[in-house]
Amino acid sequence: MPKLKVNDIEVEVEEGLTVLQACEKAGAEIPRFCYHEKLSIAGNCRMCLVEMEKSPKPIASCAMPAAEGMNIKTNTPFVEKARKGVMEFLLANHPLDCPVCDQGGECDLQDQSMFYGVDKSRFKENKRAVPEKHMGPLIKTQMTRCIHCTRCVRFATEVAGVSELGAIGRGEDMQIATYLEQSMQSELSANVIDLCPVGALTSKPYVFEARPWELKKTETVDVMDAVGSNVRVDTYDWEVKRVLPIINEDINEEWISDKTRYACDGLLNQRLDTPFIKYNGKFEKASWSEVFKIIKSKFENSSNDKVCGFVGDLTNMETGYIFKEFFDRTLNNNNYDSRSDNRFLDDSERENYIFNSSINGIEDSDLIFLIGANPRYEATILNARIRKAFVNNNTKVISLNDVGDLTYPYKNLDGQTQTIKTIFEGSEDISKEIISASKPMIIIGESLLKFNSAEYLFNLIKNFLKKNNKFTKDWNPLNILSCDAATVGNFDLGILNREKNLLEELKCNKFEIVFLVGQDNLEFNKKDEFVIYQGSHGDKGAEIADIILPGSAYTEQDGYFTNLEGKIQKAYKASYPPGEAKEDWQILNELAEVMNNRKLFNDKDELESSMFNYLKLQQENRTTKNKEKTNLEFQNEKLNIQLKDYYFSNVIARSSKTMVECNNSKLNIKSTGTEG
Amino acid sequence: MSLRRPAKNQPETFEFSSSSMEEANKIVLKYPEGKQQSAVMALLYIAQKQNDNWIPLAAMKYIAKFLHMPYIKVYEVATFYTMYNLSPVGKYFVQVCTTTPCMIRGANKLVEACKEKISDKENELSNDKSCSWMEVECLGACVNAPMMQINDNYYEDLDKEKTLEIFDKILKGEDPKPGSYRGRLNTEPENNRKTLMDIKNA
Repeated sequence: MPKLKVNDIEVEVEEGLTVLQACEKAGAEIPRFCYHEKLSIAGNCRMCLVEMEKSPKPIASCAMPAAEGMNIKTNTPFVEKARKGVMEFLLANHPLDCPVCDQGGECDLQDQSMFYGVDKSRFKENKRAVPEKHMGPLIKTQMTRCIHCTRCVRFATEVAGVSELGAIGRGEDMQIATYLEQSMQSELSANVIDLCPVGALTSKPYVFEARPWELKKTETVDVMDAVGSNVRVDTYDWEVKRVLPIINEDINEEWISDKTRYACDGLLNQRLDTPFIKYNGKFEKASWSEVFKIIKSKFENSSNDKVCGFVGDLTNMETGYIFKEFFDRTLNNNNYDSRSDNRFLDDSERENYIFNSSINGIEDSDLIFLIGANPRYEATILNARIRKAFVNNNTKVISLNDVGDLTYPYKNLDGQTQTIKTIFEGSEDISKEIISASKPMIIIGESLLKFNSAEYLFNLIKNFLKKNNKFTKDWNPLNILSCDAATVGNFDLGILNREKNLLEELKCNKFEIVFLVGQDNLEFNKKDEFVIYQGSHGDKGAEIADIILPGSAYTEQDGYFTNLEGKIQKAYKASYPPGEAKEDWQILNELAEVMNNRKLFNDKDELESSMFNYLKLQQENRTTKNKEKTNLEFQNEKLNIQLKDYYFSNVIARSSKTMVECNNSKLNIKSTGTEG
Repeated sequence: MSLRRPAKNQPETFEFSSSSMEEANKIVLKYPEGKQQSAVMALLYIAQKQNDNWIPLAAMKYIAKFLHMPYIKVYEVATFYTMYNLSPVGKYFVQVCTTTPCMIRGANKLVEACKEKISDKENELSNDKSCSWMEVECLGACVNAPMMQINDNYYEDLDKEKTLEIFDKILKGEDPKPGSYRGRLNTEPENNRKTLMDIKNA
């Protein structure tokens, strides 16, 4: 561990760290543009110059490894003069258009020029002008502002794994561009907007919407996939203007997917803002008391076992819990479920439905086997982690199916379930590889769990791993890749029906009342059922409903979500529900009050503490009795990965115009200007 | 100098001829396993030679696939180095040195000759599309200034008339003799050698 002095403060840093990192450890802030912790070192902006004893010239601290006995100064006139010189050159070609630049207020160049900028320019020549580049529907370019830090190029190549950005030309004429100006084919593309230290790459959907200081910032979690990326939601009045990542090294590091970032305009469209009742096939506005009265009479006029309820893919845990309580306590039945497909689930142990190796664990793993999963679309951030593992450790990845480009190379098998069977019976080369790997990861996608022989295969895989001692104290190789934010939370809460197959019964039209809370994915032919839909967006569920109860989206209420690893995180209220819409738990609580003259919970705190007690009990009381009837048959099936359309995987994304544009750009549909 | 852009009219396909392929494979073999991408510059040059002194986009794509690297990486290299021509330059590609020594010795006369015989502007094809010219920086033959390069050959000790003669020849399809046009051997001093008289091959 080299010891060095920074401004006469002695610091000891790990081998391989740079002078810049040593300076940060000593509390000296170093200005930088090209350097970024998560990217490789380029050393081309020269802003991080510091003085090193015995060196006649200032050194670029980001590219210089810290060494024993260095004496670094960061605050001398020499350093300041050097940085001022660098800044003068950077500004030589940078336009002075801060008033019309979207980066204004959160621009590294703007901030740093306050310290190192000179008030007059000595540059008499014309400034360089660069034509705008096309980089797809999310990234607006204004390349005249570019200072060639190449952060975006490095991000695309290293993290996103799509080498589509590059620096063409040389010297003053160097330009950042995609190959022949095609849009970036990555689900992480918009992260270059955050990385850009100037206003060269800005957000296209957010263009000229607001200034950063006008926005209310709420740190919360994302629900577009089950990863639970940590995000900051920026709101202006009621509107969610944008979603940005915040750092959580255990989950999303510093990145979020394009869907997380840009589906937020879906929060403004297709909203249910008042209760509706369907009269003669037409929805009419109603008041809360009216709809509650109708629902009450409907419930009273039908027997309890003719009522069923489904929770959706974006509901938070409080809503799920109170929904369950509503059925258990108010309706006295347990016809509720959170699954919208016939997937196999054995919730006798929690490890059977979560991502046990954890997202951080991916980096320690030495073999990753994907079965029926396409992490690129099902969990984009997790896929970036697998890529990171591949780049750093050359982790071997095997996939049962050929799932297209995953941004890293993998070996693909024939996609037959028979192959899984033979592998996990131990007779294949891959079986030996799994056995010899010290930390293998088996990632099982939802597609596999929907199979007839899912249970057989699941148990086979688990037993194989157990038999070969792959479950150790600090490693659990079994991973289920859930796709939706609410899935794991709902399973934890036991919103499942273990006795009956509610979906089959629903399809046979056995119920009189169907209560949907944010559930839009059910496929059944509606006959005489009375459908109550509670949710935030007018989508498939609301279409078939007879009564609509307007609820809130994830940015409009506090609520817990459990991510695919089983981590509970709280989403905070950033905005408020539109019109007469209410928070989801409130609706159910009030409905219970109308039905029984008694609220289920007095307030949100009581609900929360009750929920956590329940979760604790549930965790302690897990027994094999939870096991569904066993079906250990095997039949060979071709495993097709059923992907939801990536950009339209939930109600919010489906209501988002930006997502439509993304989808079109992916399909290469040219905008005609007449789409409305 | 501004950013050089690929030409508007691009051929649809490109493939190495058998001789280019042989040459390319020889170069790729020089690099250790896994580092074949280092051959990109040499391969671009081979493609340029094969394709009348310029590199079409199809060739960049072809080379990218040949070396298993992203298109943009090849594109970056091709746009960075000015000696890769991204638009047609004609079968006879004339490069006139106009750096100081040549300039002092009258390189501007050569430029005039180019303008008269080939085209008014740099990088424009002559009427019969067989020839184009451009000013370049020092080509390292200052002793024989002024000079120009046509494809792989140097034409040295020129003046305007001699340059026009050379152009007449190449436009007729003949191959003019390369080297000094004032009768010296290589870079010998003018009016014969003055030193090393006793060594024959010096």
